[in-house]
Amino acid sequence: MSEALVATQVPEVSASGTSGALRFWRRLRTQRAALVAASVVALLVLIALAAPLLTALENQDPTTYHPSLVDSARGGVPIGSLGGIGADHWLGVEPQTGRDLFARLVYGARVSLGVALAATVIQVFLGVVIGIASAIGAGWVDQLLSRITDIFVAMPLMIMSLALLAIVPSSFPRPVLVTLVIGFIAWGNIAKIVRAQTLTLKGLDYVSAARLSGWGTWRIARRELLPGLAAPVITYAAILMPVNISVEAALSFLGVGVKPPTPSWGQMLTAADVWYQAAPQYLLLPAGALFVTVLALTVLGDGVRTALDPRAASRLRVGTGSKREAGAAGKDAGTGVRAGEKGAGAGAKEGSA
Amino acid sequence: MSGFGGFLVRRGIGTVITLLAISVIVYVVFYATPGNVAQITCGPRCSPEQVHQVAQQLRLDDPLYVRYWHFLEGLVAGQDYSTGTSVEHCPAPCLGLSYQTDRQVMDIILTKLPVSLSLVLGAMVLWLVLGVGTGVLSAWRRGRFTERLLTALTLAGWATPVFVIGLVLMIVVCGELQLLPFPQYVKLTDDPEQWAWNLLLPWLSLALIEAAAFARLTRASMLETLAEDHIRTFRAYGVAERAIVGRHALRGALAPVIALNANNVGSAIGGAVLTETLFGLPGIGQELVHAVNVVDLPVVVGMVLVIGFFVVLANAVADVLYAVADRRVVLT
Repeated sequence: MSEALVATQVPEVSASGTSGALRFWRRLRTQRAALVAASVVALLVLIALAAPLLTALENQDPTTYHPSLVDSARGGVPIGSLGGIGADHWLGVEPQTGRDLFARLVYGARVSLGVALAATVIQVFLGVVIGIASAIGAGWVDQLLSRITDIFVAMPLMIMSLALLAIVPSSFPRPVLVTLVIGFIAWGNIAKIVRAQTLTLKGLDYVSAARLSGWGTWRIARRELLPGLAAPVITYAAILMPVNISVEAALSFLGVGVKPPTPSWGQMLTAADVWYQAAPQYLLLPAGALFVTVLALTVLGDGVRTALDPRAASRLRVGTGSKREAGAAGKDAGTGVRAGEKGAGAGAKEGSA
Repeated sequence: MSGFGGFLVRRGIGTVITLLAISVIVYVVFYATPGNVAQITCGPRCSPEQVHQVAQQLRLDDPLYVRYWHFLEGLVAGQDYSTGTSVEHCPAPCLGLSYQTDRQVMDIILTKLPVSLSLVLGAMVLWLVLGVGTGVLSAWRRGRFTERLLTALTLAGWATPVFVIGLVLMIVVCGELQLLPFPQYVKLTDDPEQWAWNLLLPWLSLALIEAAAFARLTRASMLETLAEDHIRTFRAYGVAERAIVGRHALRGALAPVIALNANNVGSAIGGAVLTETLFGLPGIGQELVHAVNVVDLPVVVGMVLVIGFFVVLANAVADVLYAVADRRVVLT
């Protein structure tokens, strides 16, 4: 019975699923900047996942104090050249505490990416559920949910999370708390986008057809609406990721986010400005890590948007990339039109090959 | 015009409802943990009786809705507080008294507000000029070296967190090159020149990231407008490209810029918190971080509400401006 079910379902799923992903990948592949960014992101994820492995290789851990490696007579400056860089400590040690910087940096990647990803998942989930419910609920349901959404859009994320993080007892695991706070505050915009898109889809013939043939609301939402929402949702999620990274770093920088001994890039920067002369890498490493991560995610997000934008897609197929179409593709704030134009040329080649 | 008036009224009512809802959420969330507050206000070495006394003094034993109602009353009609010996009157928009200093929250906010407004408004001028300028220039010079350079700079500005820009600026400009002294807030009314010089770095660090957002949006919006038919007509009539870009296309492209500017007030205030903390400017942001660290709830709640008020107001103003700037927008 179940085998028969699988047999009937597999071709359908794989046909639509794979070809969609494949098309997306083909379009993404034509954008050099996005590819580079994707590789950087992949590398960062790998580093974050392999943090225990990497630190084991170095034979250090992020929390052990090494008082013997800092010069307490000079206020805790790391002993040795370049802030104590050497075979034992690949990137030197932290001033005052002597904790290993490399270990803190790679474990910091875990916190940064983990918190941002989990928060994005929460935001997307809430946004999609509330957006769809609002659009297909109509009437007072829509009124209520739209009002709630408006309220959450109006809440300044940094301020609210700053305040919320202060009142929760410190026994609650901080990274989880930061994730929840970011995730549950900043879902309003994605809900608005999903609602608008769902309203458009709802009016289309194939959805009306599904309704007329007696499909339930849940089934229509899942089978007919969700696939149409994938592009804008993925695009917006790709924008949210770097924003969430910055917010987590900012909160930790202010001392209310991830707290020691758990390492976080933002938190590493808090103390760093006093030490920039004695141990410049203490400042430069977390700052650089944040910069590279946010940059890579942003460029990747632009690439994803260009690859998913149906107008950009039509340009790819036509392969002309005229000014008019290039302009139209740039409608949503800052689409990588440049990358898109480049992609158009390459895409045409791809198509004819 | 009656349509426009009706729109304004509806938008106004919506704004008030949103603000009320935010106040309920904020109040309930922050005051849901009463025991804690009394303990922290009293200090770590307080006996349970003392903690209880503090809780009574702060009315923490009243049910939450009663306290919220008091809070609303104070907001609308003002409130009297007995401070042991004398009675202190807290006038109409009363946000309560600080647990830590017994000062009126509204007073604290009003003394800190000029600093934050100096910071945010000054930075706003900078980011609008820089952002829109960059966006227009890169749309005009599309496909050339200038545009590539600007796009790269914009991305770099976009990807650098506010506090990293601030830190680096401070270290390089004040520490290494010693071009400027480390910023110290000087009142505008005391010495306008010193005010501006001291705020220059905070303005820059707050403005660069926002400018990047505006540059991205302006460029995209300009490219879209430049592709429209009426621009083609201008070209056909032989209007100079400079006039087309600078006058006609810019006008069409500004509506989303206005909308973004208002919508970004929230994130700009968030950035201002970081900037103030980093540069030691005695504004609302720094006070908020302090209040958060000592769990001074009336101050935290008051500030979140005041900031929320500005954000909601900015959004409403944006809607109105957007409607005025772009006649095609349907008023609902």
